[in-house]
Amino acid sequence: MTDDREAADAQAADARAAEERDELSAAGRLSSAPVAEQDQPEAEVVGIGVLGWLRWTWRQLTSMRVALILLFLLSLAAVPGSLIPQTAASPSKVEAWQEKHKAWVSLFDKLGMFHVYSSFWFSAIYILLFVSLVGCIIPRTWQFVGVLRARPPAAPRHLVRLPVYATWRSSADADTVLTAAHGALRKRRFRTSAAGDAISSEKGYLREFGNLLFHISLVAMLIAFAVTKLAGGQGTVIVVEGGTFSNNVTQYDDFEPSSLYTADSLKAFGFTLDGFDASFQTSGSARGEAVNFDARLSYWLGSDGKKTSGTASVNHPLQVDGDNIYLTAHGFAPVIKVTNAKGEVIYDGATPCLPQDANVTSLCTIKVTDGYVGKDGKKTQLGFSGIFAPTAEVDPVLGPRSTFPAANNPGLFITGYQGDLGMDTGIAQSVYQLDTTAMKQLKLDKTNPWKAQLHPGQGMKLPDGGTITMTGLKQWANFTVAHNPGTGSALVSSALAIIGLIGSLFVQRRRIWVRAVTGADGVTVVELAGLARSESSRIADELAEVALVLQDSAPADRDGDGTDHGEDADDDPSAEDPELTATSLSKER
Amino acid sequence: MNLAAAESVNSNLAHISNVLIYSSMAVYLFAFLAYTAEWTFGGRSRVARQSAALSARPGESVATAVAEAEAAASTAAPTVSVSVAKAGGGTTTLTRTVAAKAGKVDIVAKGDSAPPVEGAGASGGDEQADRLGRIAVSLTTLAALLQLGGVVTRGMSAGRPPWGNLYEFTCAMTLVAVMVFLGLLYSGRDVRWLGLPLMLGVLTGLGVAVTVLYAASEQLVPALHSYWLWIHVSGAMICGGALYAGAITAGMYVCKDFYEAARAEGRTKGGRWSDICERMPSAATLDKLSYRINAIVFPLWTFTIVAGAIWAESAWGHYWQWDPTETWAFITWVVYACYLHARATAGWKGRKAAVLALVAFSCYLINAYGVSIFINGVHSYAGL
Repeated sequence: MTDDREAADAQAADARAAEERDELSAAGRLSSAPVAEQDQPEAEVVGIGVLGWLRWTWRQLTSMRVALILLFLLSLAAVPGSLIPQTAASPSKVEAWQEKHKAWVSLFDKLGMFHVYSSFWFSAIYILLFVSLVGCIIPRTWQFVGVLRARPPAAPRHLVRLPVYATWRSSADADTVLTAAHGALRKRRFRTSAAGDAISSEKGYLREFGNLLFHISLVAMLIAFAVTKLAGGQGTVIVVEGGTFSNNVTQYDDFEPSSLYTADSLKAFGFTLDGFDASFQTSGSARGEAVNFDARLSYWLGSDGKKTSGTASVNHPLQVDGDNIYLTAHGFAPVIKVTNAKGEVIYDGATPCLPQDANVTSLCTIKVTDGYVGKDGKKTQLGFSGIFAPTAEVDPVLGPRSTFPAANNPGLFITGYQGDLGMDTGIAQSVYQLDTTAMKQLKLDKTNPWKAQLHPGQGMKLPDGGTITMTGLKQWANFTVAHNPGTGSALVSSALAIIGLIGSLFVQRRRIWVRAVTGADGVTVVELAGLARSESSRIADELAEVALVLQDSAPADRDGDGTDHGEDADDDPSAEDPELTATSLSKER
Repeated sequence: MNLAAAESVNSNLAHISNVLIYSSMAVYLFAFLAYTAEWTFGGRSRVARQSAALSARPGESVATAVAEAEAAASTAAPTVSVSVAKAGGGTTTLTRTVAAKAGKVDIVAKGDSAPPVEGAGASGGDEQADRLGRIAVSLTTLAALLQLGGVVTRGMSAGRPPWGNLYEFTCAMTLVAVMVFLGLLYSGRDVRWLGLPLMLGVLTGLGVAVTVLYAASEQLVPALHSYWLWIHVSGAMICGGALYAGAITAGMYVCKDFYEAARAEGRTKGGRWSDICERMPSAATLDKLSYRINAIVFPLWTFTIVAGAIWAESAWGHYWQWDPTETWAFITWVVYACYLHARATAGWKGRKAAVLALVAFSCYLINAYGVSIFINGVHSYAGL
């Protein structure tokens, strides 16, 4: 007899343990958090060959812990790029840095410290992270599809064990209660499923959906970045007012192609810079700061299409045939005319000068390659270099400089050289730099070098005959013509990522079970239980609302008075679990 | 080359703005002192502390979220009312007319769903300290109004959003933080305990703003002439204010969690330190609040970065070029992502995750201030 009892007890205990596991797993599946990896037994790792190791590695890589470490590493790895100058952003800053820290250069170069974001280690981290991400998304997507296709899980046998619980005795019969509960839950947009004496319901699937959407969007965003990197490119060009540019690699000052975007990919269009407007602050501490830049353009599509006018200004690129034309810089181009001793014009054109400071004090270089004959009767080349200032002032210490970025008092301050400009050596030469190694400075006499200060309309004689004249002043604008495929998809995926994020953070997934059992005495015991993630404290409120609605069709017996939970004594929650708080706040009116 | 009259700066308004900002700082200082006094004197009263401890026992009305459907006893039209006591005070009551007389229903919550034991608040239930606290809130409100005036006049003086440089950004950001705090207070949330650390942050921020970051009211450089200035920068600003609150809460959570662990092991000595900890909200509440703030900010921060990328695309031709500011925004984002993941990962939730929230907030500070001041990038609009 006792043996039988013990056996029965053991059986019941087993059943209960199994059920607790079920309930726990129900809670686990409800969480949108990844399931924490269970430690793999060592035996599985040792002596399992290559395949086993691969499986182990994959499992580690897709585990939350490793993903967390990779995220951490990613943030750490991004730091040096913000402290050390990067080639992609500013090659000149990199050079300056390298000058200052010579000892570090070779090591940093090997580590790719000057192009951190394309270095092997940075790439390794984010690629591993995304592999880990994909390895996590795919199974979870299948799991989620499974959840959507399945019904909400059946009610656990002991609802009282769930975090939120309510019960009462009612004289209404069980079917009425369940029908009412079904209606109430449906009205609250719960997905419901009736099984036996209970109704299961679940809500908040958008949480996991949002979570998956967010992570999938991140992958899509990475792909969009890759597309931009592989198939995008850009070129920059300086165009002087009145000048024309056609989208051809030979016309660019600088062209940055990519694997899939080469000189052949350039679309046929062109534009003329009709005019450039700039305005600046004229007073206050920010005097001279730009207020507005506008480049007025006429552009055409194809080889000889119709001209359309447009404006490129800061923040507002001009879109032409899917490419964007950005206004990235501006400056001045004095129009210079040089004649030789015979009076023949040997140079005439607007010469862009490169701005050096905020007031557009600029460096000018003029190279006259042909047509000049020196005193000795031999052909020679001329080179002029100096400073252009839109609002010129000669500082006794600093020399000529500009005091305002607009052309209020333009002045050109130059010295000259004659000899070989070195343009035939075959080495590429910047048009903005004068190589004076094979040149001699022009001199007035033995000691004094030839110097000129020119204002528009003014000219100056050259020591060996001829003149140099500044006939006018134009402005130039620097344009970046960029082809960025993938931008649209990056934008769409980032928008989806935010929507997904909102869903995954603010939607709460929760379950409510209702059970109604009519006993032999004709009294129905109604039980309600709720389960939600710990962040949601509303489950108690929600359960209360459902309980309230159910009072219509299944009013609580007044005799019950809330102390009897209609369960076996050993299920009394407070007796079993000291943490459990059962309280009645009775305010009889 | 000439500026239109409308574009010039109204220096009169700019001056009024400066005066208002200084006045608000003075009032914030008084508010700070009043909050300090509340914490100090609230702790003195032993009686108050005992009564607070008593009312904070589990099972009492304040401490337990109990929903209850209760039938009206004898009236002709029976109504059921369900009252749910909220963690941290406040009660929601639902009433409904029912067809028949009904009994009473208890709703039992346990584990994570049960509300935790809260501290009694800064005043510790002491009446005098409570009065000081209410004075502090009034002063905070007054200071916020002054500051609001300062920020608005500043914007009006230049005819543009009042966050064109780091000085204006700081003024506006601290204002947002204070307004959120006041909003929560006036909507009935008991968050007065946030007042003291908030005032500390606001005073530090404004102090740095008026001394180090100050720049006269001016027009903006062309790169900032964009409606994205409204969107991107205000996003960054709101995030900053909210993340500060999130970081304070995370920090307090770490303190309280240590204290609660010590109390559970009976290691508390009952000095000033434990007296303060005792009056803080429970660790669970602080943890949840910190998580909620950070979770609300995270999508907004993501949006701010995306908005910045869109703006960058139209201004510079690249939506992302690893400019130091962009890089630090990214780092901040990743560390907050770490925090959110850590909170859902076994072995990381709790104090470790809270420390991550603090690290993430320091990344935000580096992003907003460190980069602007010490590193030069294309985001060089600090006006320094």
